[in-house]
Amino acid sequence: MDLTLSPADEAFRAEARTWLAAHVPRTPLPSLETEEGFAAHRVWEAELAADRWSVVSWPRVYGGRDAGIVRWLVFEEEYYAAGAPGRVGQNGINLLAPTLFDHGTERQRARILPSMASGEVVWAQAWSEPEAGSDLASLTSRAVRTDGGWLLSGQKTWSSRAAFADRAFGLFRSEPGTSRPHQGLTYLMFDLRAPGVTVRPIGRLDGRPAFAEVFLDEVFVPDEDVIGEPGGGWRVAMSTAGNERGLTLRSPGRFLAAADRLEALWRSRADPSDTALRDRVADAVIGARAYQLFTYANASRFLDGAAVGPEASLNKVFWSEYDIALHETALDLLGPDGESADTDWSEGYVFSLAGPIYAGTNEIQRDIIAERLLGLPKGRR
Amino acid sequence: MRFLLDPQQRAFADSLDAMLTAADTPSVVRDWSRGDHGGGRALWSRIAKVGVFALAVPEAYEGMGPHPVELAVGFVELGRHAVPGPLVETVAAAALLAGLADPLPAGRLLPSLASGEASATLALDGAYALDGDAATTRLALAAGGLRLAPGHGPVRASLDPARRLTPLAPGGELLSTAPPVAHALVWARLATAAQALGVGLALLDRTVAYVRQRTQFGVPVGSFQAVKHRLADAKIALEFARPLLFGAALTMAPADVAAAKVTACEAAYATARTALQLHGAIGYTAEYDLSLWLAKARALRTAWGTPAECRAEVLSGGARRR
Repeated sequence: MDLTLSPADEAFRAEARTWLAAHVPRTPLPSLETEEGFAAHRVWEAELAADRWSVVSWPRVYGGRDAGIVRWLVFEEEYYAAGAPGRVGQNGINLLAPTLFDHGTERQRARILPSMASGEVVWAQAWSEPEAGSDLASLTSRAVRTDGGWLLSGQKTWSSRAAFADRAFGLFRSEPGTSRPHQGLTYLMFDLRAPGVTVRPIGRLDGRPAFAEVFLDEVFVPDEDVIGEPGGGWRVAMSTAGNERGLTLRSPGRFLAAADRLEALWRSRADPSDTALRDRVADAVIGARAYQLFTYANASRFLDGAAVGPEASLNKVFWSEYDIALHETALDLLGPDGESADTDWSEGYVFSLAGPIYAGTNEIQRDIIAERLLGLPKGRR
Repeated sequence: MRFLLDPQQRAFADSLDAMLTAADTPSVVRDWSRGDHGGGRALWSRIAKVGVFALAVPEAYEGMGPHPVELAVGFVELGRHAVPGPLVETVAAAALLAGLADPLPAGRLLPSLASGEASATLALDGAYALDGDAATTRLALAAGGLRLAPGHGPVRASLDPARRLTPLAPGGELLSTAPPVAHALVWARLATAAQALGVGLALLDRTVAYVRQRTQFGVPVGSFQAVKHRLADAKIALEFARPLLFGAALTMAPADVAAAKVTACEAAYATARTALQLHGAIGYTAEYDLSLWLAKARALRTAWGTPAECRAEVLSGGARRR
């Protein structure tokens, strides 16, 4: 048991740190949930990609560095410690790309991944529907066979980033009337600007269009944009969900950097006699370390050949609740200044509030933990 | 980088678990609570034979240590089986004695702690020592230094009946005027964190087993979402305490150990509250064995560093954590 990085991994860390120190924008970019900010973040993605830092864990042929999981974790630690911008491409990079690596064809990977890595094409997710949230398999948007492809119709909602993104991926019902709802679904990619697509941005809690409704009216999608077998989309999508809840959606580096900033804020302006606040700051510091070490333990298991399993649900509940507690502590620490809506802390706070809801609500995650990790019997929800 | 227990460490845990499972620890705990130390002493020597205490004692004093990671592995198992006695105190005493400038007290006292012939307790600044009536080596730490206490006072009841609180008699041989208290405290907190994690894991296991077999309204109560979600939260708390424990055992940095201590103890205590609630009235009885772990979870929370003291330690350094 050890936490020592190899000299080669340390050299990788140093290289990343040096590059980031030279390239991270001096002033923060505008919020990526605005049109202006989205464009600025796209430019940043291109700058990262030009030196192969946007997707370090991917194979070199698609713009990566073939970095193993430990180096990916190291990169993320350095990235957020350097105060680098949020990742506008993360839905594609963290959700779609792992699916393409597992279930896509070589042609699909060659066609889709390089422009994803450079930020030229930004991807949105299209899972939920007005009547299909936690019960995702009850979705009703249709994919109907046509010459050379499929016609998509229906309504998707809560599509993160869809307000300004280029393309989207999601599940559609291609075989109506199957005996079980998980059957007859197909995983498809589509163009958000194709004829028949209407995107209506939705203001999140602070009014910024962080997500959107997507209406589809006989939108043509060629066969080459189906991932996996038609009708077998549920299994393909669930492998994405495993990635999302597991390691890749929230790296520990993000929380280590946030906890460092919180601790610095506390040292610079907190009342030392306020031990209740001190305890909350300590919990933020401890939680970031716990999440980092938990992730290193999981990474070690992956290196031993284990796959992402229901353990990923432990991660998802932990980081989503941790993120809110950390930002609440920062806002309380700031006192009346905590009310301003134009700081990194306020932006992070609003963003954090969605964590327990998306990527499978925390209630769903707790069901998974109870049934699949603890072995409790299935029951009515 | 390989942050997982290796096969030997897992085998060590498994062998200790098998030995303790066969030892019927609940009846040993109940005897210990009444001041009948016979079964506990016999168990102590078997635990020592597996090498648990020797892990805290340097090789120079006939130990095998110091090996904090393996010690943590062992103490998780001791906690899982609610083993009674001054376990943490013996480890803290070993760290304290091994760190004295004068090697003579260590040479005299440590070999028998490593072998299990002796056990130690330790009182800080006039506070109660744990199991001073059972321990053979009683150490008292005060402003004047470290003394070998000549005896103990009357036993005072603890919220955990298996923890017998005893004041130590004043005076006795002066061993050191400048003992390494901070160093000993790190070992005490690490061992307490490991023991607490084990207590929490046992509480979770027992409660999961109970809600699977207890039926109401015609179904197992474990099929109800309100029950599942409490147990899921207990699982999350314990699983995130575990890496902090082993990370702290690797660095032995005071802030890391304090973080592990407060996290493991709070996770164990939260699990105890869940365990009691989900067992219902049977869990609130002294005769049901769950009470042995419930009581210990409460006691360990404040032993060797309250939650507030540990959190203050986490923020005391100001150094970067990676």
